[in-house]
Parts: sequence; C-alpha cells; structure tokens
Amino acid sequence: MELHNVAKRIETFVNSSLWTLTRKEITDHIRSFRFNILLAIIFLTCIAAIYSALSSIRDVAAGIEDAKDMNLYLQMLTITDSSGSLPSFITFISFLGPLLGISLGFDAINKERNAHTLLRVLSQPVPRDYIILSKFLGSLAVIAAFIFSIGLLIIGAGILSMGIPPSFEEFIRIITYLVMIISYIGFWLGLSILFSIRFKQAATSALAGIAIWLFFSIFYSIIVNLIVNASLPDQLFQSISAEQQQQNYELYTNLMRLSPNFLFSEITTILLTPSYRTLGPVSMEQIVGSIPSPLGLFDSLTIIWPQVIGIISAGIICFAIAYFIFIFQEIRS
Amino acid sequence: MKENIIELKGVSKDYKETRAVNKLDLTISKGEIFGLLGPNGAGKSTTIYMILGLTKPTEGKITVCGLEPMKNQILVKKKVGFLPDDVGFYENMSGLENLVYVGKLNGLSTSNAKERALHLIKQVGLEEAMHKKAGKYSRGMRQRLGLADTLMKEPEVVIMDEPTLGIDPKGINEFLDMIQTLSKEHGITILLSSHQLHQVQKICDRVGIFVRGNLLQEGDIPTLQRALQEENHVKYKVVVDGSLAEFPRKMEEYSNMEMMERDSDSFILTLTKEDDGSLADFITSSGYKLLALEQLTYGLDDIYERYFQGGESIGTA
Repeated sequence: MELHNVAKRIETFVNSSLWTLTRKEITDHIRSFRFNILLAIIFLTCIAAIYSALSSIRDVAAGIEDAKDMNLYLQMLTITDSSGSLPSFITFISFLGPLLGISLGFDAINKERNAHTLLRVLSQPVPRDYIILSKFLGSLAVIAAFIFSIGLLIIGAGILSMGIPPSFEEFIRIITYLVMIISYIGFWLGLSILFSIRFKQAATSALAGIAIWLFFSIFYSIIVNLIVNASLPDQLFQSISAEQQQQNYELYTNLMRLSPNFLFSEITTILLTPSYRTLGPVSMEQIVGSIPSPLGLFDSLTIIWPQVIGIISAGIICFAIAYFIFIFQEIRS
Repeated sequence: MKENIIELKGVSKDYKETRAVNKLDLTISKGEIFGLLGPNGAGKSTTIYMILGLTKPTEGKITVCGLEPMKNQILVKKKVGFLPDDVGFYENMSGLENLVYVGKLNGLSTSNAKERALHLIKQVGLEEAMHKKAGKYSRGMRQRLGLADTLMKEPEVVIMDEPTLGIDPKGINEFLDMIQTLSKEHGITILLSSHQLHQVQKICDRVGIFVRGNLLQEGDIPTLQRALQEENHVKYKVVVDGSLAEFPRKMEEYSNMEMMERDSDSFILTLTKEDDGSLADFITSSGYKLLALEQLTYGLDDIYERYFQGGESIGTA
C-alpha cells in the first residue's frame, strides 16, 4: 500500500510540468559546450591538485606522530606539493566554483526572453515561478552531480594510490564538504539567475556576476583592511594594547563575514582541518585548560553552523528577489 | 445560440503616460474568426496580451471562456493557444521535439504528446522537416509549426498576433486556408491581429478596426463598407458630352448637389442622398448627353485608407 502510494507520487512528479522544465534544463546544460568546457577545466585542475598532493603526502604523513591525527584524505584536499607550484584542491574549488555557478545561470532567463521562447513557455499552462525554479533546480542538479563525482573520484584515487581506506569520519567530513561546495555554488547560481532576470543582455549579466565575484575574492579583503587600519588610533606615539588588538581583529572578522567567500573559507578550514578548534580570536584564558586534540565531527559542525546558514540564506535571498522581480515582470520584449 | 467566448468590457491599459488601449468593448462568439485590424502601434498586441493574462489591464473586465485571465492564468492558458508574430522555438531541438515538449507542459504523457504532434505536423504539412532542427526552419515553416504548436493543447480559442508577418503571398494564402480549415474542423474560435486587411478579410467572419487604442468599427466587411458610405455622402461618377466648362455651374442648380470634382474627362458628384433617377433626368434636361453614370462604392482600399492612414481625423469628419 505504502509502495503503491510512493509509485503514484513519483508518477505524478514525472508528469508534472516542473519536472519537464527541469529535465530540459539538465539536458541543455549537459549538451552545451559551455558546461563541458567548464567541466574539463575544473576536472583538469582538480586532477593536477590531487596529483601534486599525492606526490607530497608521504612527507606529510611521515611528519605526523599520532596516527589518529593523520586524516590523510583530508590532507589530500588541503596540502600543496613541496615546491608550492600548484594550489591545493580547496583553493581551486573555492576559486572556480563561483565561476561555475555564474556561468550556468547568467543567461538563464534573458536568453529565453531574447529568443522569444520565454513567451511560448509562458503561454502554456505553467505557473510562472516554475520557470525560474526549474532553472535553479536544473543547474543545481548538474552541479551537484559534478561535484559529487569529483569528490568520490578523489576518494577513489586516494584508495588506489595510498592503499589505506578513509576512516568513516573522514568520509563524512568529505561528503559534508561536498554538500557545502554545492550550497556555496548554489548561492552564486542564485545571484546570476537574479542578474539574468534583471539584465536584458546576457553579457551585462555575466559581467555583473563576475564583477561581484572579483569584488569578494580580491577587493573586499583590501577594503576591510583599510577600514580596520583607519579605525586604529595613531600608532606613532603609542603601541596598541592587547585589548585594542583584539577589538580590531573582531572588527576585521565581523566585516569579512559579510563576504560569502570568507564564510566558505571558514567552513572549509573547520571541516577539513579537525585540529582547528575555533574561528576568530581566542583569549589566553580560553586556551588554558583546553586539550589540544582534534575536534569531533559534530563539534566541527557546530562551529560552522552559522556560516552554513549564512551562505544558504544569502542564496535564498538572491532567489527570493529573483522570484519577486520575475513574477511581476512584463514578458513582452 | 451564440455563446460569447471572449468578452472585454471597458478595458484600458496605460503605459506610463501613453494610453495603449482605451475603454475597449469587444465580444467574440464561439467558433468565429475575428480579425483585429489596425496599423502598427494601435494597441492590438497589448489587447491580445491582456486577453492571455500576460499583461494586467489598468481598468475594465476581461472574460475568456467564462474566466478572468489575470486570476485564473493556468486555467485560461489551458484553453487558449497563442501564436505570436515570431514564435520562439528552441533552435537546438527538432520541430517534433519542440511540439512534444509543449505537449508535456500541457500535461500529456510523452507517448500521447508524440502521437498528437505527429498528427498535427502532418496537418500543417511539415512531415519532411519534422526531424530538422527548428533553427533551420524558414519563416513560413516556423509559422506553420507555430500553428501546430498552439493546437497541441487542444485549445478552445487560438489567438494570433500578426500571424502572416514576413511570409510570402503564396505562403500567406496557404497559411490562412489552414487556419480556416482548422477553425471549422475543430470548432475553434480564432482571434487574429493584422495590419493587412487584404489578406485577412478572406477568412475573417468579422473584423474590428483598431486605431490608437480605440475600436472604431466592428462587423463584417459589407457592414464596414456601409458604415463608411453613410458617413460620407453618396458619390457618382458622371461622363457627359457637351460644354464641359459650363457643366459645374449648371449642376449647382441640382437640388441634391453637395460637391463636385472634375477628374479629367469625368466628374465626381457628391450628393446629399442616394440618387432616385432624377440626376440623369436633370443632366439630359440641361442639354447634356449622358454617356455614363456610375455609383462609386467603397472598396477595401478605401476602408484601409480611411481608417488606418487617416486614423486621427476620424470623428471630426
């Protein structure tokens, strides 16, 4: 009886227009040159990063005393080779991930509008919100499949080359990390879909997306540094007190946390480096008495929870604005 | 007997400062082919978008199949097919795939959608091109595929915005015949807009002349001609033999005379009322030989010129 119900539900879903729309998005992405080029770029850089990590992991492993702290699979994602010529996997992903999100969404609506296909779809009995929802879900599904396959391939490559299976905790940490990547890319996707609704030209919307991405990945930290330095009292005649230093540091992290890139880097650090016990400044009093051991998975998750919520809600806000504009927009070109 | 399928009551639409449609009243009954005629920018498309529920009217009430389009968008779109002037097909999908996709959006299963699409493609004569990418279709083929596309949902009403735009004359005739056949076969109500009176008058049961947001006249073509005739006075073309220079002065004595123009060797007389035979008598009794006397009727060109080009002078004349 239960099974019958489930089967029926699946059937209604498969015949629903949302699924038809989403499926078309997925097909379009998979067949598009754009997605395949991006896929090749990201795939190659990941292979390069993993290759360099694997070539130096023996040295890293030799330096670790306690077998419990080894976390070889997490190391694989974070270390670079000894010469430092290639960045690590996490650097690549946090750099290229937003680009993937932007490039899959920047022409979602305006392309259809300019080709008049939007009008044709909208004159069918389809709720208007299904159209942007399907754009988002379709792209996100493609991204999720891609990220998961990369992650699992990395684990596979690790098993083959190191001969040690990952511990359960490592595995869960990596999977959680992959989910985090997807929600991070989801934010950029939502942002670029918003631009694709707002701007009639695909080029403008792509540029707007890239501008925001560049702003947060390069300029934002410079600006925050400027603000923090400017808020310091004159250092010529007096050295700053420890208290003031801490205040500055707090100001710095608080401002930086407005940037999704920074939030994601915090998530990455805590998830993949269990020995990091906290984010932000710690006073001597807090350190006294603490045991210098790696954090458990749940403790790590507790620490990054606000960051995760931050990124997801930023994505939802983008999507909500996009939704709002789209519902009330005139479709006529 | 007649059931009203589209009803507009006092519908207006303002865009910022301009009024695109002004207090429009229009009824279209079931199974009818109605032509909305007017020059570019008359507000035809705006009216169509409002009927479809894609644009919100500023004021007034629209009813389509007994429903208000803005409030029941999904239900109305289930019953109303729309063919825009340039149908947006997904260019990387074949003609057949495009139709099947729309069929599925209308809730058909893949196999049903395919069956229906194949049937319709045959009806519009695109069997040979159905596996070709829609991006490779010619303008005329796109419009025909568009017609099949609107029929995928088995509509009660099909609304077409400038369907004949950019098709060659032969293609237009074929296309219009197709529309007429389909309308009669399936009992579909059709509303089409055009600025080509010549083309669409053949298939329209009724037309409405639409200029600057106002519906100036509606009815079948003979009604329009009659309306035009009543508005203007009756005109006669006269060819006489005799002293032509004297003729106008002579004619001023005729009681029903309104105006007179000379057109090389003939005269155009405008009378205040229809001639009852006294005109010929008057001319012969004035010493002229009457060679020809012909009442001038208004053709399509006159209707076109009167309403479309001189749109702004209507009402003051």
